[in-house]
Formats: sequence, C-alpha cells, structure tokens
Amino acid sequence: MSDMKDKIALITGASSGIGWETAKAFAAKGASVVLAARREEELAALASEIKDQGGNASFVTTDVSVAQDVERMVAHTLETFGRLDYAVNNAGIEGQFVSVAELPEEEWDRVLDINLKGTFLCLKYEARAMLAGGHGGAIVNVGSINSFLGFPSGAAYVSSKHALIGLTTSASAELAPQGIRVNIVCPGIIVTPMHQRARGLLGDEIYDNVLQQRVHTRRAGRPEEIARSIVFLCSDEASYITGTTLTPDGGFTLTI
Amino acid sequence: MQKRLSDKVAIVTGASKGIGKAIAKLYAEEGARVVAVFHSDETGALGTLDEIKAAGGEASLFQADVSKKTDTEKMAEEALRLYGRVDVLCSNAGIYPIVKIEDMTEDDWDRVLSVNLKGTFLAVKACLPQMQAQNYGRIVCISSTTGPRTGVPGLAHYGASKNGIIGFIRNACLELGQYNITINAVEPGAVLTEGAKVAFDETTIREIEKEIPLKRWADPMDIAYAALFLATDESKYITGQSIVVDGGLILPEMPLRLFE
Repeated sequence: MSDMKDKIALITGASSGIGWETAKAFAAKGASVVLAARREEELAALASEIKDQGGNASFVTTDVSVAQDVERMVAHTLETFGRLDYAVNNAGIEGQFVSVAELPEEEWDRVLDINLKGTFLCLKYEARAMLAGGHGGAIVNVGSINSFLGFPSGAAYVSSKHALIGLTTSASAELAPQGIRVNIVCPGIIVTPMHQRARGLLGDEIYDNVLQQRVHTRRAGRPEEIARSIVFLCSDEASYITGTTLTPDGGFTLTI
Repeated sequence: MQKRLSDKVAIVTGASKGIGKAIAKLYAEEGARVVAVFHSDETGALGTLDEIKAAGGEASLFQADVSKKTDTEKMAEEALRLYGRVDVLCSNAGIYPIVKIEDMTEDDWDRVLSVNLKGTFLAVKACLPQMQAQNYGRIVCISSTTGPRTGVPGLAHYGASKNGIIGFIRNACLELGQYNITINAVEPGAVLTEGAKVAFDETTIREIEKEIPLKRWADPMDIAYAALFLATDESKYITGQSIVVDGGLILPEMPLRLFE
C-alpha cells in the first residue's frame, strides 16, 4: 500500500481531471505530493482533501508555459519536501478547434506553448533537480490518443501531443543512463472537464457513436484509471521501462 | 518517357544544402519548375540553382524565414507570380543544434520548434488557398526517425518537433483530402549531409556505419527519391503517412557489431 512512502511526486495540471486523480493516487500510495496548476482555489481544495485523508500535500500556482513559474514550482518542491522523485507533466489545453487553413498563428502558439513547451520546461527543471539529488527519478508525460491519430480542426492540439512522443524518446535516451526514466501515457476518451467540452462541441450523438464503434470497452475511461497507469510507470515495478508509451484507451487506437 | 513532375510547380524549403538541395534538384530533373527556398545560406542556394540550370532544369531562388508568416505567404505568392500554380510543397527546412535538456534554454527550444514545426504549419497554410483553388496538391514534409521512432541525446527539442510534424500531417490529411491534396512525410535516418560531416568526425561516422543494416549512411538522394514518390501521382492514394528511409537503422535489437 504505502510503497511510495518518503517519495515526493510533482503533478502539473492538478486542478482537474486526470491530474487531480493522479495526485490522489500518489497520495494513496504514501507519496507526498506537490500540486501545480494555474487555478489556486482548486489546488487548495485538493490539498485539503489529501491532508484530511492523512496525506502530505502542498500546492504552487504555476503557468507551465512560463519558465520562471516552472523553476519556482520545482524550487517550491525542494524547499517543501527536500527532494523530487516523480514528476507528472500533465498540464494541457485542447485549444480552439479550427481548420488548418483558418488557424491563427496566435492560437497555434497558445496551444503549443502550454502543451509542448510547458512539458519541456517542466522536464528541464525536474531533470535538474533529480540530477542534483543524485538518486534518479521517474517522469511521466501525458500525451493522448492524438499522439497517434488526428481529427479535423485539431492541428495545433494533435501536433503538440505527437511532439510529446519525440520529446519523451529523446529525453529518455539522454536521462536513462543517469537513473531517470521518462515515459508517456496516452489516454483515450476519459470523463474529464476537457472531454465534456469536446462532447459539447461534437454533440451527444456523435460522441456516443464514437464510444460504441471505436472503443472496445464501449465506455469512456475514468480519470482514476489513467492515474493508475501513471503511478505504475513511476513505481519500481516499472524500473526497466523507459522511453515507452502506455496507451490506456479502452482499445480506441486499435479500431479502424 | 514523360518526366514524373512534368508541368508541375514545386516549392522546396531548406534548399541550400543537404536533403533539400537533393530534393530541389531531383524535382527539377523530373520536369518541375522549382522555387528553391533558402534562409541564410545564399551561396549554397546559388549552388543549387546553378546545378539545376546546368542540368537543363527550371528554377528560381527565394529567401524566406519559414518561421515567419509573412515570409511563407510571400513564398507562395512568388511561386504563383513566376509559374502560375503551386502543385507540390516540400517542407524540408530544419535545424538541429545539439544541447542537453538541463542546459537547453527557452530560446534554444523556441528556435528549433519555430523553424521545424511551426515553419511546416505556416508553409502548408500559405500554399493551401492555391492548392484548394486548383483542387490539386502534394505536400511532403521531411520529418526524421529521431522523435517518431527513436531518441538521440541532445535532440529533445528536435525529436519533439519531428514527431510534431507527424501529428500535423495525420490531422491535416483529414481536412485536405476533399481538395485532392495529399500530405505525407519522409523520416530519414542517418544522412551524410554537409551538416553531419561537420557534426561527426571520420571515426564516429565509420562506427555509426557499422550499426546500419545496409552498411552505409544515407545519401541525400536516398531521401529525395522518397520525397519524389510522394510528390507524384504514383502516390495519389497515400495520405497522412510517413516513409522511413534509414537503411534499417531503427530495427536492430542489439548493436550489429556484436554479430560480426
């Protein structure tokens, strides 16, 4: 149960959805967690919830696309808990769905800055902290089934999620010799606020058709199901797994 | 025999050297009128132009920074002004400065992503209105095995950008199919470009060679032939795909020299 006792986990995008549940899953394993996101109120609520259940939690408001924020986030982790063992780079936005011919450069930049550059910046400062600690570590980036597939009007989001695979494979090649594993989890359709928004755009009928026709499980996943994949990749049970992709998607990417 | 790109107009970015130069030359040799786009290396670009003209081909040079929207728009306008159409876009311009993640500055990251990934988006977007009006287009993006298939220490930004390109084409193909526009990618492995000859010493080049199943580095022309196939109508039913051209490099489970 508490096999992550004395471990410190940092989770970005912890204010909702997958990040929220991942933080709770780490805390349930005994890890102390640092919650990062832009929205302070949600982070405070989650921190209290974890503490009420006997866990250790701290939070730091962070915009992952701003280097100073990310540096401060990692410094806060070290000041509060003294080390960093696990990092989950989960913060992301879907952006506006606009056809590639109409997509404004500013919207491309906004999505890429948060989803891709934000993950790089987190990885950079997390790697520095882990290298300085000399005890290795595990980093999980959060991609999407859109790290492999595409959809019309999603050029910026899909490009950013694909790019995370490249960042993961290269970072793994670089950091694995120093005891830092880097992997990526690519969730399918999961019941989160982001997917509720997508459902709103698509309409219930199309959304349900996709679930029935493409997803082997015939249901959307729950955020806690993704959290378990993320916690597994950080745990010692995954000590030989690095640079790889885990795709908890109910079979979505296997269906034509 | 009719040439494979007769009557076609092609834009090739990053055409001053290496893979882009080979592609520009091959497209021209196959009958395309080529706009060879370069950014900083005018001498290299003039060399590309000279070689195309010496071989009887038709081409012109255009200077553009593909990470700038106005530059890519002017690039497409130039092709239209000179040749009246845009049939083929080969988005090849790319950079690969080696730097470790913990030392990588935000500027390092931005520069690589702006040229390699955003530059692809902007070049494609600039050519779309004309391709849609023609109801015809062949877009070839040069990605890499680094990122989509493998990782290289010091190239985290590059790997991200190159798989970002794969994400971009998988998505764009769904929107562009209705206009008879295909968009595909080529993923080169280890290519012996001028850049590689500077980055690696002779001994390292020979060591890497041993790990390649075909026992040689790729020549830029090896990549150009794949980029040609994807620019012609031979590939007209292929879209959203990428072709790995690496001599088998991504496949060995263990170092090949152990089996010698």
